[in-house]
Amino acid sequence: MKLLFERSRPGRGMDLLPPCDVPAVSFDAALLRDSAPRLPEIAEVDLGRHYTELAKQTHGVNDGFYPLGSCTMKYNPRVDEETASLPGFTQVHPLQPLDTVQGSLEVLWKSEQLLSEITGMDAVTFQPAAGAHGEYTGLLLIRCYHQSRGDTARTKIIVPDSAHGTNPASATMAGFKVVSVPSNEMGGVDLDALRAAVGPDTAGLMLTNPNTVGLFDPNILEITQIVHDAGGLCYYDGANLNAVMGHVRPGDMGFDCVHVNLHKTFATPHGGGGPGSGPVGCKAFLADFLPAPRVRKAGESYEFFEPEHTMGKVRSFYGNFLVVVKALTYILSLGKEGIPAASAGAVLNANYLMKKLAGHYDMSFNTLCMHEFVMTLEKLAHDTGVTAMDVAKRLLDFGMHPPTMYFPLIVHEALMVEPTETESPETLDQAAEVFLKILEEAKSDPESLHHAPHDCAIGRPDEVTAARHPVLRYDFDA
Amino acid sequence: MASYIPYTGEERQAMLKAVGLDSIDQLYNVVPESVRVKDLDLPEGMSELEVGQVMADMAGQNRAFRSVFRGAGAYRHYIPAIVKTVTSKEEFLTAYTPYQAEISQGVLQSIFEYQTQMCELTGMDVSNASVYDGASAAAEAVFMCQERKKSAVVFSGTVNPQVLRVVKTYCESRQVPVTVIPPKGTATDLEALKAAIADDTAAVYVQSPNYFGVIEDMDAVVAAAHDKGAKVIMGCNPIALGLLKTPGEYGADIAVGEGQPLGMPLAFGGPYLGFMTCKQAMMRKLPGRIVGETTDHDGNRCYVLTLQAREQHIRREKASSNICSNQALCAMTASVYLAAMGPKGLRQAAESSAAHAHYLAQQIAPLGFGLKEADKPFFHEFLTECPMDPEALCKKLEAYDILGGLPVDGGILWCCTECNSKADIDRLVAALKEVCGK
Repeated sequence: MKLLFERSRPGRGMDLLPPCDVPAVSFDAALLRDSAPRLPEIAEVDLGRHYTELAKQTHGVNDGFYPLGSCTMKYNPRVDEETASLPGFTQVHPLQPLDTVQGSLEVLWKSEQLLSEITGMDAVTFQPAAGAHGEYTGLLLIRCYHQSRGDTARTKIIVPDSAHGTNPASATMAGFKVVSVPSNEMGGVDLDALRAAVGPDTAGLMLTNPNTVGLFDPNILEITQIVHDAGGLCYYDGANLNAVMGHVRPGDMGFDCVHVNLHKTFATPHGGGGPGSGPVGCKAFLADFLPAPRVRKAGESYEFFEPEHTMGKVRSFYGNFLVVVKALTYILSLGKEGIPAASAGAVLNANYLMKKLAGHYDMSFNTLCMHEFVMTLEKLAHDTGVTAMDVAKRLLDFGMHPPTMYFPLIVHEALMVEPTETESPETLDQAAEVFLKILEEAKSDPESLHHAPHDCAIGRPDEVTAARHPVLRYDFDA
Repeated sequence: MASYIPYTGEERQAMLKAVGLDSIDQLYNVVPESVRVKDLDLPEGMSELEVGQVMADMAGQNRAFRSVFRGAGAYRHYIPAIVKTVTSKEEFLTAYTPYQAEISQGVLQSIFEYQTQMCELTGMDVSNASVYDGASAAAEAVFMCQERKKSAVVFSGTVNPQVLRVVKTYCESRQVPVTVIPPKGTATDLEALKAAIADDTAAVYVQSPNYFGVIEDMDAVVAAAHDKGAKVIMGCNPIALGLLKTPGEYGADIAVGEGQPLGMPLAFGGPYLGFMTCKQAMMRKLPGRIVGETTDHDGNRCYVLTLQAREQHIRREKASSNICSNQALCAMTASVYLAAMGPKGLRQAAESSAAHAHYLAQQIAPLGFGLKEADKPFFHEFLTECPMDPEALCKKLEAYDILGGLPVDGGILWCCTECNSKADIDRLVAALKEVCGK
């Protein structure tokens, strides 16, 4: 496909702005750029077709099944897009007088109430723009808390070895040292290892439950107790909240703060990798450290206020506001019954698909799963040479987005499958058939799988050359 | 109640049976009974018609002004119609991060195009695929400059206060010392800045045009920083770069900024876009996603996420940043915007914004809104005196359907873009005359 720059022809373009109706400014030449940026010069029709072509080479949720583990690729309701496009929301400046943005403040306040109830927390900030940003903010809460007590020895964050990579990376960003604890044979937290790891230097624990192998850790109350007894706090990574919302709440499991991904659990679209939103909830004793400003109700109206011991700010203004509008629309749509039903649907779909594949593919654990399950293709790779990567790439030929590959790190040749609740049994049946067909191919013609996909726009890219000889922008002079 | 689960209750029973269960409750048997939710205190769900109305009512409690003369970090520019058409395409809207290159060439190529455009705009060598906003871009840029014996960072006090506050929050936890040099009037205090740069200074951060709209003496900043071996991070406005000298031309090491003016609506502060570009030498320190060109096994040109050895999913606690999701759709928005505007259109937007701002400054000076510092060159924002209480003045302007400039330090920070036509400005001037009784 041609690049924008290759479609450019000098002098072409669009007629977008009127001629300037006031005298031009003559800046000192030393303040001006020497040459114009080489932006494309393209007619509207060609620009439109360029992106239509790019869209055809992009697989979204509406293009087919997207069981990408830990990413919760559920359907993104259209009404959420409509409400987030209302001019009353899109056309307001973030620094308008508060009496002219009461609707925006109500969105933030209502969303805070609803998410507090869903997570079992007392306060929520919407400043974090993504999950990892939320983790970072939650860890700053933990840091502020210990510092406020003069407890400066608490420098370590405990992270299970099955955790998402963002967990340890966020801990480092927040100025902590990371202590990795091994998982037990069920992918859960090894209680003895945890007991050995905690101490007077423990600032906190980061945990996702259900964990990254898709299992709910039945020892969760004991885990949070061990950390609390040692003087640490418990952080809940909400990446897997879609399994349990409305059934069990992080706040009731002993967690002190939590981030949720509005772009996973609350159905806002991922946009090819953002904008997301990673609001952070916390118990009342941490609320004073939240980023500024927060929203409160004053009589009949809403106002901003500065939390007394605020950490400061993690993003300008109030976060990805329009994403919050979409999530609020979603939560209000589902309501009291729909929220737990969505999670139950996600868990049912995962178990339904797992059941269809079990006995053919090896599962990392042979028990009921939560919203996702992890297959291990170690034996297949040993017997046939066909790897998790090969199977994933072959799935592309069937119009299906592959599961997450090679994660969690504690499972070899892992494929992590998360169907979500918005798929019908027919879709799951078809997906199972495809998986079984590929298994047949692995046994009959393994060589062909090493070269999959066969029917996509491109074959497997040469990632090694891309990294060794980086070409990160178009070369106009080539 | 709305539900996006496609199957019926009967079908659900059949699925339960297939997995060997009788009831949904059994799926949660593993959860300790003592913490199972008994009664979730949420409102009843709503139909699509109802929820649309409820949200429209909330939006109705906001007031969108006909004329906006306020900027201070968020700018109302014209958004070409094609921008929303493209970014509303469901493929782009609903896709995840393009891990599977074979079915994600559209998103990957668009990011590659965005990276190229941002390099052209800033005069730098390398761009990442975006971060959350201009403020977090500034913080990430500070971390890029950390060396073993150099960690301190010196900020000019003319930087947008939202950015300063975010950077201070980020730096506090990493124990990166931050010095903020109080402004001299509406510009950077160059002498004080120079004096503050020491051997342990990793980076100097100056924004131009600055918070007060003033175009800073970046040549002096770059010379002072490089003299002491410190890196220069320049905060910039992307529309201004259609006209003004680039960070690359000044010799800055990293350019960052708020990308919102490139086709994103005000939207009460987000989603916005943090852009980051740098010199070749710092490429491997750049955080976040980066797309690179390569070939597939048949030699076809294609694009992939690359240099992933920097990133959290590989390096975990040793990663250069924790960033995972960025603002991909906003980066695409900026890319479509820049392609639609082209070099001429972008320059026109920049010239028109500056011209309108200067016209406004000239028109209101006689009314008691003189420039705080008349000798400083400015782009499309400027700080003036105010003959009455600035908040009260802005309140009165609301009656004319005008959002006035932002009250700052007893004065007013005004902003114009190409959207503020001469007629629009004349209407504001007439209103100011009435309000101030002139």
